Parts: sequence; structure tokens; C-alpha cells
Amino acid sequence: MTSPTTIPIHLTINGHDHSLEVEPRVTLLDALRDRLDLTGTKKGCDQGQCGACTVHVDGERVLACLTLAAQVEGRSITTIEGLVEADGTLHAVQAAFLEQDAFQCGYCTPGQIMSAVACIREGHAGSDEEIREYMAGNLCRCGAYPHIVAAVRQAALEVQS
Amino acid sequence: MRDFSYLRATSPAAAREAAALPGAMLLAGGTTLLDLAKCGVAEPETLVDISHLKGLDTIEVGEHGARLGALAKMSQVAGHEGIKSRFPAVSEALWQAASAQIRNMASIGGNLMQRTRCPYFRDPANFPACNKREPGSGCSAIGGVTRGHAVLGTSEACIAMYPGDLAVALVAFDATVHLGERQLSVDDFFLLPGTTPEREHAIQPGEMITQISIPASAAARRSTYLKVRDRQSYEFAAASAAVGIELEADGRTIRDLRVALGGVATKPWRARAVEEALKGKVLEEDAVRRASLLAVEGAVDHGANHYKIELAPRVVARAILKTGAMA
Ligand SMILES: Cc1cc2nc3c(=O)[nH]c(=O)nc-3n(C[C@H](O)[C@H](O)[C@H](O)COP(=O)(O)OP(=O)(O)OC[C@H]3O[C@@H](n4cnc5c(N)ncnc54)[C@H](O)[C@@H]3O)c2cc1C
Ligand code: SF4
Ligand code: FES
Ligand code: FES
Repeated sequence: MTSPTTIPIHLTINGHDHSLEVEPRVTLLDALRDRLDLTGTKKGCDQGQCGACTVHVDGERVLACLTLAAQVEGRSITTIEGLVEADGTLHAVQAAFLEQDAFQCGYCTPGQIMSAVACIREGHAGSDEEIREYMAGNLCRCGAYPHIVAAVRQAALEVQS
Repeated sequence: MRDFSYLRATSPAAAREAAALPGAMLLAGGTTLLDLAKCGVAEPETLVDISHLKGLDTIEVGEHGARLGALAKMSQVAGHEGIKSRFPAVSEALWQAASAQIRNMASIGGNLMQRTRCPYFRDPANFPACNKREPGSGCSAIGGVTRGHAVLGTSEACIAMYPGDLAVALVAFDATVHLGERQLSVDDFFLLPGTTPEREHAIQPGEMITQISIPASAAARRSTYLKVRDRQSYEFAAASAAVGIELEADGRTIRDLRVALGGVATKPWRARAVEEALKGKVLEEDAVRRASLLAVEGAVDHGANHYKIELAPRVVARAILKTGAMA
């Protein structure tokens, strides 16, 4: 059996390729924040219970804290930093969060936004009830929930039209 | 989290071989395994990543029933049109579990292997005594805070609750776990704690779940999963029930009934006494409520979890009445 040491990995994040050496136990969350300076993705619980670390892998929302960096080699990763267009135009969900004042401290917001983008794409933003159920994996300690639901509803209408 | 080495499996055979080595564990979605590694409960030396294996994630639904590849994601099975129409309780058990993010990561095989959420089990630093973790060390839950612990199937060694949802629906509809060639009913796959709570599944080192099959039945087609919990979503069950009903041509006499409970027992719990009491009877509320009390026959509480003994029969009755009223 090989003894644990660092391994070379290549990650594709927001369309850019990165090569790094990590211990196999390094999560995607820690690789993003501590190694690649992509600190927009937040660490809340680090145990799958809050959704602050939500990113997309091959277009689907997942938790970066329960994903090994080595495990997503060869997959396409999108973080909150990758939503904005090259000319600085915000994604419809980002704009809706600003317009609806859908945050207080903002700590949960990158995770909420990444989750909302996927929620709309999945077709799970059809009603407030459905939005609440399919956004339940993102907790907000500030309790900004009513505004978050309003922002997702607004963005869903814009994206669909 | 202690470090480990990482190996990406290239075939199911290679995965089984690598996982049979001491200290090695299979890694699928990682939502149980990495969580427990962070808690210091799982201490793997090697993780054998099976999440990139091809061909193990197919979902087939036909006249015979359903076949779910072990690497199919919870979200894929929950949203599959054939599962939604022929096995609604299976779809509902899945979409009411965990969160959208976790369901995109978690595999069906890993789901059957999830461990208890007993807070003492998950906290070795503060609670060294746990028979499930360290056989013979005692049980910190007995005499401790037991609100989330089981009332059915417990032993003096362990009262940990089985937390999953999917397997409750699977056990109601007589599903089979495929470990390569070897096959076991889901009911036999889950073990009671008895004197060996460290063994939860009838799986041997080097074995891998490859598929789960569910036979088609009229009861599975008319089925519901009802989950009652402390908060409305993203929470484990306080009590849940998977129910399926087949009625006679008269539209009111029960020909076949399936009832299984979650959130209250040490394994997915088939409530055959309730089924037997109602088969051949007319589906009406008083009879259903009386029969549902049989769901908790033999239940033993440990103080704070007493409420489950009252809650479970109500959840069963509500689920039967709801399923009976389905078109
Ligand atoms: C915050 C949170 C909330 C949750 N809420 C719920 C809930 O409400 N309801 C519910 O049912 N579940 C819930 N879960 C549990 C979740 O469903 C499981 O963690 C998940 O299904 C495990 O699948 P996985 O692919 O991630 O498994 P992994 O973590 O990759 O593996 C789990 C175990 O199974 C073994 N394994 C994996 N695949 C195989 C295989 N093919 N053959 C043999 N062994 C295998 C691994 O070695 C490991 O021991 C929750 C989890 C979290 C973190
Ligand atoms: S109930 Fe079981 S898992 Fe929990 S502390 Fe006791 S022995 Fe451990
Ligand atoms: S930091 Fe990943 S879910 Fe909380
Ligand atoms: S805005 Fe503060 S946690 Fe959500």
C-alpha cells in the first residue's frame, strides 16, 4: 500500500485549468479557498449541514466540503467567481439577490446563489413552496429567507422569459 | 481528518480487490464517509473511489420492476419518470431526504450503507463509550439524551436509530440488494444490533453493492412515503412510513398492504402485523387507526424518545388513509 503523501491533481475551475499538489484528504472546499485563493465559496459547518460551500460540478450543485479535490479531477467546476460575465455583467440570480435585498451578513449568499442557479435550471423553482423545499439545503443564520425566496422567484421568471 | 491514500478504481473487479485490503474503504458520493472521517469515526487508510466507474449508474424500469445501479444518484432515481409512476413511495422517500446538493452527490449503494446519526457515535473525542464504534466499550446513549433514538429493535448494547428513508420504502416492496452475484433481501441486508451493533449490514469485506432491484406490484404503484420531522425539510425523520395498497375490484377492500417504518427502529422496519390485520378488511378510518397501533408492538422507550411510540402509529394511519384516497 502506498503511504499517504501529496498527489498531483489538475482541476478545471470556471473554465481555467489549475495544477496543484495536495494531500489526498484535501477537500475541494479547502483547495479552492486555501490553495487557489477562490474564497467566494464559504465554509460554514464543513460537514454537509449548511450549504455555504455549494459549487457546481459538471453543472450540478454539490457540497465542496464533502467532495475530495482528487475526486473531481476531470470534471468541470463552477464557483461563485465564475458566474459573472467577462464584461462584469452579473448573473440574473446575482442581480435578483441585490434587487430583493436577499442577504444580511452575506455569509451564506454565495452558496444560496449557486444553489439557486441550479434550482432554476433543474426546474424546481415553479412556486414559492417548491423554491423553499429545493433551497432547503442552504441555511441562513440571519433568516433572510423571505427575501431569498423572492429573489429566486424573480430570477426564475427572468431566466425563463 | 487523518490522511489516507486515494485510488481511482478502473473496474468493479479492481475496486473489490482494492477494497478487500485492510484499512481500505469504497468511496462513492462521500457524503457519509467524508463526514464520518471528519468526526474521527471512520479512519480509512485508503479510499477506493468508485464514483467514476461506468455502467453502474443505470436506472431501468419495466413490467418486471426496477433495477437501480449502485452508482445512480439519489436525485436521478427520485426524478426518474418510471420510478415516479410505478414506485411513487421510492421517489418520495428520496426527494424528502437530505438536500438537493447531497442528493446530487449521494449514490444509491452508499445510501444503503449510511450510518446512524446517534450523536454519541459521531463524537468519539467526548464519548469514548459506544458499542457500535468500539465493541464492548458501553453505550453513552442509554441514560443520556435519547430523543432521536430507536424504540423498536433495540438491544442492551445499542439503541441507535436507522436514519435513512429510501431503505424504508425498499423494505416495504421486497427489494433485493445485489452484491455482484450474491443477492439478499433488503430486510436481511440490515442487521439488528443484538450483541454485535458494530455490524449493521450483511456485507463482507471485498463485497460491493452493484444493483438494487424492486419487483413490480400493484401496491408499489399506489404508494406513499410520509415523513414527519422536527423541521419541514433537510432533516431526518422523527417517524416516517412507506405504505402501498392494492384494493379489490370493489374499490374498498384491501387485497394487499405494505407498511414499513422509518425514524423509530434500529433498521428499516416492516410492520407485518399492521398488514395482516387489515388485509381482506374494508379500508375505513377506525379499523386503520386500530391496526396502526400494532406498528409499535414490543416498543421500548428510553425516556425522551417515548413520543415516537405515540407518533409512529399516527404516521402509519395517516399514510394508509392518504394512500387509500389516492386515485
Ligand atoms: C446533512 C445530511 C443530511 C442527510 N439527510 C438524510 C435524510 O434525510 N435521509 C436519508 O436517507 N439520508 C440522509 N443523509 C444521508 C445520505 O443519504 C447518505 O450520506 C448518502 O446516501 C450516502 O451515499 P454516498 O454515495 O455519499 O456514500 P459514501 O459516503 O461514499 O459511502 C458511504 C459508505 O458506503 C460504502 N459504499 C459506498 N458505495 C458502496 C457500494 N456500492 N458497495 C458497498 N459499499 C459502498 C462506503 O465505503 C462507505 O462506508 C444525509 C446526509 C447528510 C450529510
Ligand atoms: S446507541 Fe449505539 S451508536 Fe449510540 S452510543 Fe449507544 S452503542 Fe453507540
Ligand atoms: S460548509 Fe459544506 S455544507 Fe456547510
Ligand atoms: S445572510 Fe447572514 S447567513 Fe444568510
